[in-house]
Amino acid sequence: MRSLHALPRWADVGLIPLINVLTALVVSGIVVAIIGENPFEAMMVMVKGAFVYKGSLGYTLYYATNFIFTGLAVAVAFHAMLFNIGGEGQAYLGGLGAGLVCLMFDSMFPALVLIPLAIVASAGFGAVWGAIPGYLQAKRGSHIVITTIMFNFLAASIMVWLLAGRLKAPGQMSPETRSFSANAELPFIHDIANAFGMEMARSPLNLSFVVALLACVGVWLLIWRSRLGYAIRATGHSTGAAEYAGIPVSTVIIITMAISGGLAGMMAINEILGVQHRTILGFTSGYGFTGIAVALMGRNHPVGIILASLLFGALYQGGAELDFEFSTITREMVLLIQGLIILFSGGLAYMFNRPLAYILGALLTPRIGGGEPHG
Amino acid sequence: MANGDSAPPLAIKLSAINKSFGDVHANRNVNLEVMSGHIHGIIGENGAGKSTLVSILYGFYSADSGQISINGQTTTIRSSADAIYKGIGMVHQHFMLVPNFSVLENVMLGHEGSLSIETGAKKARKVLNKLSQDFGLAVDPDMIVENLPVGLQQRVEILKALFRGAEILILDEPTGVLTPQETEQLFEILRALRKKGVTILLITHKLKEIIAITDDVSVMRGGEMVAHLETTRTSPAELAELMVGRKVLLEVDHTPATPGEPVLQAQDLCLTTMSGINQLKDISLVLRAGEIVGIAGVSGNGQSELLDVLSGITAPTSGFFQVGTSNITAQQPSNPARLRALGVAHVPEDRHKRGIILPFSAAESMILGFSGAHHQNSGWWLSPSRLEADCAKRMQDFDIRPPIPSLASANFSGGNQQKIVLAREISTQPKLLLVGQPTRGVDIGAIEFIHKQLIALRNAGCAILLISVELDEIMSLSDRILVMNNGQIVGELERDNADEKRLGLMMAGITTDEGVAISQRRVRS
Repeated sequence: MRSLHALPRWADVGLIPLINVLTALVVSGIVVAIIGENPFEAMMVMVKGAFVYKGSLGYTLYYATNFIFTGLAVAVAFHAMLFNIGGEGQAYLGGLGAGLVCLMFDSMFPALVLIPLAIVASAGFGAVWGAIPGYLQAKRGSHIVITTIMFNFLAASIMVWLLAGRLKAPGQMSPETRSFSANAELPFIHDIANAFGMEMARSPLNLSFVVALLACVGVWLLIWRSRLGYAIRATGHSTGAAEYAGIPVSTVIIITMAISGGLAGMMAINEILGVQHRTILGFTSGYGFTGIAVALMGRNHPVGIILASLLFGALYQGGAELDFEFSTITREMVLLIQGLIILFSGGLAYMFNRPLAYILGALLTPRIGGGEPHG
Repeated sequence: MANGDSAPPLAIKLSAINKSFGDVHANRNVNLEVMSGHIHGIIGENGAGKSTLVSILYGFYSADSGQISINGQTTTIRSSADAIYKGIGMVHQHFMLVPNFSVLENVMLGHEGSLSIETGAKKARKVLNKLSQDFGLAVDPDMIVENLPVGLQQRVEILKALFRGAEILILDEPTGVLTPQETEQLFEILRALRKKGVTILLITHKLKEIIAITDDVSVMRGGEMVAHLETTRTSPAELAELMVGRKVLLEVDHTPATPGEPVLQAQDLCLTTMSGINQLKDISLVLRAGEIVGIAGVSGNGQSELLDVLSGITAPTSGFFQVGTSNITAQQPSNPARLRALGVAHVPEDRHKRGIILPFSAAESMILGFSGAHHQNSGWWLSPSRLEADCAKRMQDFDIRPPIPSLASANFSGGNQQKIVLAREISTQPKLLLVGQPTRGVDIGAIEFIHKQLIALRNAGCAILLISVELDEIMSLSDRILVMNNGQIVGELERDNADEKRLGLMMAGITTDEGVAISQRRVRS
């Protein structure tokens, strides 16, 4: 189990992701240079666009909120060695759950009742959409990767069918529900800040960000402090040992997938309750898939996931600025940069482990070489 | 090599090797001289630093300081590829073979020699045949490795090393998985290799093997070399004392048992696979409080399945067994958690697969199977500080080293991992203890300790079912011995009537009249 040249933890968790991101940025810079733009200028625009411009930080955090939820979803499943590719579909169904609750009750309940109910519904719908593939894996041996991918398509079809049909607001052309009443709106952070007399630029950042951070704490408690988390990790690391221990492996798989799906489903509260205030077609727009990269980069740990989410949030927001400022850098170019980051921090995540281990080994342990001849 | 010295050439010379992992000084100024063409044993307790030392020699780790010379030449070994290049081959305790490849494919893996597998295979086959002949290592090159018995798989490992031009062969606990007969065959091979000038470094914890096969022996203790001896001039008792640092009891202090009430009764237990293979057939047995019943048998004759059924991991396909007042049948299966609550403890055969979880901390492995019940009053939560405090206490009671509860289970030596399992299972004061291979891959100091614990537990009134492939262990611990062959119990012997020869015959499926008579006797409940 031990790697040949074990990296110290701080290097594995801190240094390696940093090197990966830098490598991706260097390669991106080369691409930018090839199309004739100045990569340093582009970099500056991205950084400013993500953090400096008025309201940009709010946008970055708003995107990060989505990534935190979907990243946590992938991470929780991964602790049971389940590869949940279905975050996209689970988030989509989460939007259905939240939407249905709001449509039914937004004129009946006050915000304090309605919003928690909608959050529970989004998590619940996502949980069911995760638990079904979990059940199929646990009881029928259908591979979770295949079934969760199929469930993404199923979710997309169901949503088109409903939003273009039963749930479509009467007398409207676009496939979306009617707007909810103000009771269903999660407050924007800038509104809250303004209420306390703080000046803050407008952005879509809303209270979901706080919910996302709470979810991080919850996941940490679940995985490393709870009996269930113990069972999840035991199942993930060694099914044989879990069986020996009397841990009901199938049940653990189903529960884990339900929790994972629930977290993905909660992404919907940021989009539906926080920003759109109605359920629209395709609001998940790939956040579920990016969650896989976020979890991978964050080493399946909530703290890592927050950091990775910030990075991806900054990329999304800064990328949009890039698109804006340079005529030659298009939306597709920004996607390419994101792709490179996913490639280097996901697919090639461990590329620099060995070289770094050698370098650190040479730096940290004073080594007396065996090479010089003796006597 | 022609350095003009009159002394015989040294195949390996290690001088002042040091290696630390964090605070653990695994090797401290270790010197070793291995004469060319000798079989050199390294013996030591778990955690004595044997594995670290050979890992340095094989390029897995680099030493913090010190010098390595191979065949008189000072050198550095950067990787295992480098070690192979320098003529060092290694046979690992756990085989490194591709199970669904043929022998030939396994041997040439990584040394295909050309772009086309065909031409490479042709050459490799020639070399392989020559090696087989030269060293008496007969293996059919076209057999699929997973279909070979363990002894032959090990032979493939040796061939692999020789194929890569190894002149120095390191064997790490090579007999852990072998039957007595296979061990004898291995030794014959080693003697043949020695005759051809191959230098062999044998890492083991078994004194018997050191005496039987080696020319020289080095003893390690606590990361240091404590002695280099000629094998003919030493004795098992002296070696044991050097290893442990104190006098060791090689024989178990076994007093007659006083069996009490039946604790476990099994009647006609059968386990049939989906494809219709009978893994267990009509197993009936009674286990009483305060006795140790040993199950002897060549491994793979149903012992593992019997343990799985009795511990609740697998449900029997027919028959039943009774623990206390609980009846477990095919229709009403149980599970390990429920049986544990009934007082059944289980030390599994394979601690890596079942007994502990390697990436978990020792404290976490220490509650495997009890994660639901441990400190029940803390509800849904587990408190790491409490787990570690409990673990630290058990580590002290069972002398588990290093006594660091937060250390990953994988970083403990085999014997200490086994002690973690044993500490966990014994601490519940079970009524029935199922034990599989309690001392597999465990050194002599730990064996003595584990055997003492088992006897003490028996004396305290626990019923123990002991499954082991080590006949010595079965004979020295058991009050009664059952013999399994092909999924059936083929005979029963009282402790005093058991000898290696009779047991050996029964294990091979040749039953005496007496044995047959007993196996036909049914237990009435």
